[in-house]
Amino acid sequence: MSYVKRVLRMAFSWLEAGLDRIFTPACNPLYHLGALGFLYYWVVAATGIYLFIFFDTGITEAYGSIDSITYDQWYLGGVMRSLHRYASDGMVAMMIVHMLREFSLDRYRGARWFTWFTGLPVLWMVFAAGISGYWMVWDMLAQYIAIATTEWLDWLPVVGGTIARNFLNPDRLDDRFFTLMVFMHIFVPLFLLFVLWIHLQRLTHPVINPPRLLAGGTLLMLLVLSVAKPAESQPPANLDLVPSQIGLDWFYLPAYPLMDMLGNGMVWGLVAFGTLLFVVLPWLPPLRRAAGKAAVVDLANCNGCTRCAEDCPYAAIEMGRRTDGRPFDRQAVVSAELCVACGICAGACPTAMPFRRASELIPGIDLPETPIRELRDRVHDAAQGLTGDTRIMVFGCEHGYDATRLTGPRVAALRIPCIGMLPPAFIDYVLSRHLAEGVVLAGCSEGECHNRHGVRWTVDRLARARDPMLRKRVPRERIETVWTPLAEGWTHRRRIADFAARLRRLATEEADGTPGEAAE
Amino acid sequence: MADMLRWIGQAVIYAGMALWLGYFANRPVYTHLPPEQALIKLSVVHGAQRKGECRKRTQEELDAMNPNMRTPLDCPRERLPIAIRILLDGEVIYDESATAAGLARGGTTRVYERFAVASGRHELVARMVDSARTEGYDFERAATIELSPGENFVIDFRAESGGFLFDGKSVTYRPQG
Repeated sequence: MSYVKRVLRMAFSWLEAGLDRIFTPACNPLYHLGALGFLYYWVVAATGIYLFIFFDTGITEAYGSIDSITYDQWYLGGVMRSLHRYASDGMVAMMIVHMLREFSLDRYRGARWFTWFTGLPVLWMVFAAGISGYWMVWDMLAQYIAIATTEWLDWLPVVGGTIARNFLNPDRLDDRFFTLMVFMHIFVPLFLLFVLWIHLQRLTHPVINPPRLLAGGTLLMLLVLSVAKPAESQPPANLDLVPSQIGLDWFYLPAYPLMDMLGNGMVWGLVAFGTLLFVVLPWLPPLRRAAGKAAVVDLANCNGCTRCAEDCPYAAIEMGRRTDGRPFDRQAVVSAELCVACGICAGACPTAMPFRRASELIPGIDLPETPIRELRDRVHDAAQGLTGDTRIMVFGCEHGYDATRLTGPRVAALRIPCIGMLPPAFIDYVLSRHLAEGVVLAGCSEGECHNRHGVRWTVDRLARARDPMLRKRVPRERIETVWTPLAEGWTHRRRIADFAARLRRLATEEADGTPGEAAE
Repeated sequence: MADMLRWIGQAVIYAGMALWLGYFANRPVYTHLPPEQALIKLSVVHGAQRKGECRKRTQEELDAMNPNMRTPLDCPRERLPIAIRILLDGEVIYDESATAAGLARGGTTRVYERFAVASGRHELVARMVDSARTEGYDFERAATIELSPGENFVIDFRAESGGFLFDGKSVTYRPQG
C-alpha cells in the first residue's frame, strides 16, 4: 500500500510542478480539485433545473421531450443538456482524482479520517444521481442500465428478485417508473449537498470556489465541448429488443460490463470489498507515523486572543470559557482527536516570542514534542556551526523537500512540522541576533500546503496581512521563500545559491556605504 | 513570451480535459449482446404447492380461535421447491430447482435467468413441477419460435393463464401432451 502511495505521490508531484508553471500555483487545478467538483456540481444543478422545465415524465413522452430539448432548441436546451452531461462526468473525474491525491498525501488518517470517511457517501450519491439521470432519457442506454441495475439489485436475497420483471416487456412498465426516477434524480443531488456540507465540517476556511480564472477556463472548456460534441440520445428504448451496441458513459457506468463478465454476485462482492477497504483504510497498517502529540494550552501564557483557533486548519481549537480565573474572557481549548500536531497554532501565538529571556519560553499553545523553546535551542545550535559572511538559516517543512540536505558550512537547516509553525519573530530573532545573514523559509507549493494553510498564513504574516506580523524593522531582502512541489526539490540548492549571492552583494553595498534595498 | 506559452499550455490542458470528457462520455462502444444473437429471458414468480396437506379444523378448534382468525383450513406454511427445465432444440439449457422465499419457505418462488442464443428458428420447451410428483410435469409448453437478431424473448409464467407464456415476435405453440 505504501508503495502505491509513493508512486502516486511522485506522479502527482510531477504533475503539480508542471501545472504550477502552466497555471501558476494560485490556479493549479490539482490544488482545487474539490472546488472544481463543486463548480461542476453547480453547473449540473443549474442546467438540470432548466432541463426539468421541459422534461415530460412518461414512457413515450420522456424520450420525445429530451429529443425536443436537444434538437428543437439546440442553441440553448441542447447546450444545456450537453453541459449537464459533461459537467456530471467532470464531477466524477474530479472526485476520483481528488480521492487518489488525498490518499497519496496521506490525508486520510489520524485526525483526517472523518473527511475521508464522509467522502464515501458522496461517492455513492454522485453515482446514484448520475445513473438515475441516464434512466430518465429512456433510450437504449437507459433500458440497458435499468435492466442491468434491477437484475443486480434482484441478486440480493432481501430484494426478492422481482424488480427486473418490470422490464420484461412494454406492457409491464408504467409512467410511475419515471416519477420514481425524477424523485431520485432530484432528491439524491439535494441530499448530496447536505453530505458535502458534513464532508467539510472538520476543515476551516474550506475552498469551495475555484479561482475565477480557473473557473472561467473550465466553464469555457465545457461550453466549447458542448457545442462541438452535443450530448445525444441513443435510439428509443424498446423492451422487445435487447440493446446490443451501447455507447456507455465510462465515468459513471464502468461497473455494468463487469456485471456481464463477472456476474452480479461478483460485482456485489467487489463493491462491498471496495467500500469496506475505503472505510477501514484510515486504520490499516502501516499506521500513521507518530504524528506527534496534540497541541497543549498553557493557560499562564494564553490570553485568549483567538489567533490559534482562527489559524488551525482542522477546527481542532475552540475558544472556551476561562477556567483559571485570570482576567480574560476566553481560553484556547484543543480537541486532541482533531489535532494533527502541525504546530500552526504555535506559529500564530503572540507569546511564542524567542526574545523572551525574563521568563521561560513557553507559549500559550505549543506542541509537546516539538516545543518552541526547543526550536530556539536548535536555532542556536545550528547557528554555532555556521561560518563565512553569508550564513543562511533554512526553516523547512517536514512535508516538503528535505531541507537538511542543504546543510553545509554556510547553510544550516531545521525541519519543523509545518512552515506555518514558525512564528515570524524567529526570523527577526535570527537576523537581529546576527545568528545568520539570511533566512530561508522552504515549504510546500504556494497553492497547496500539506497542512492546508501553513504556507498561506506564513505568506500573509510576512506581508503583515495577518497576525502575528513580521516586524517592520526586519530587512525583507534578507528573507527568501521557496514554495515548491516535492518534484521540484532540486531547485532549492540553486535558489539558495542565488540568495547567497544576493546577500554577498548586500554585504558589499553595505561595506561601500551604498544603499541597498533599504530595510524599513 | 512566457505568458504566451502559459496561455498555450492552458489551452492544451483544457483541450485534453475536453477530449477526455468528450470521448469517454459515450466511447468506446460496449457490445452487450453480439448483433447476431437474441436473448431469452426466463422469469417466474409462482407459489408452489404446500409441502403438506391442508387439514380441516374441528369446531372446537375454531371456537378456541379469535373470530377474525377462524379459517376452516389449517395449511402448513412451507411450500415445495419448484423444478424448471427449459429445452432449446432438444438441448437442456436450464434445469434447476428453486426454493420458496421467506424464512419459513412460505413465499413465492422466484426465478430469473437470461440465455443468449443464436437468432433463427428454434424449438422451445418449458416444463415445471410445483408439486410433490416424481414423474411428469405440472406445467409444460412447447413452441416453435423464430428469434430475430437482438430480440428480447420472454418465458413468463402465470398459473392463472395456464402456465408458461412465450412472449416473442414469432411463436407457434405446439399441442401439449
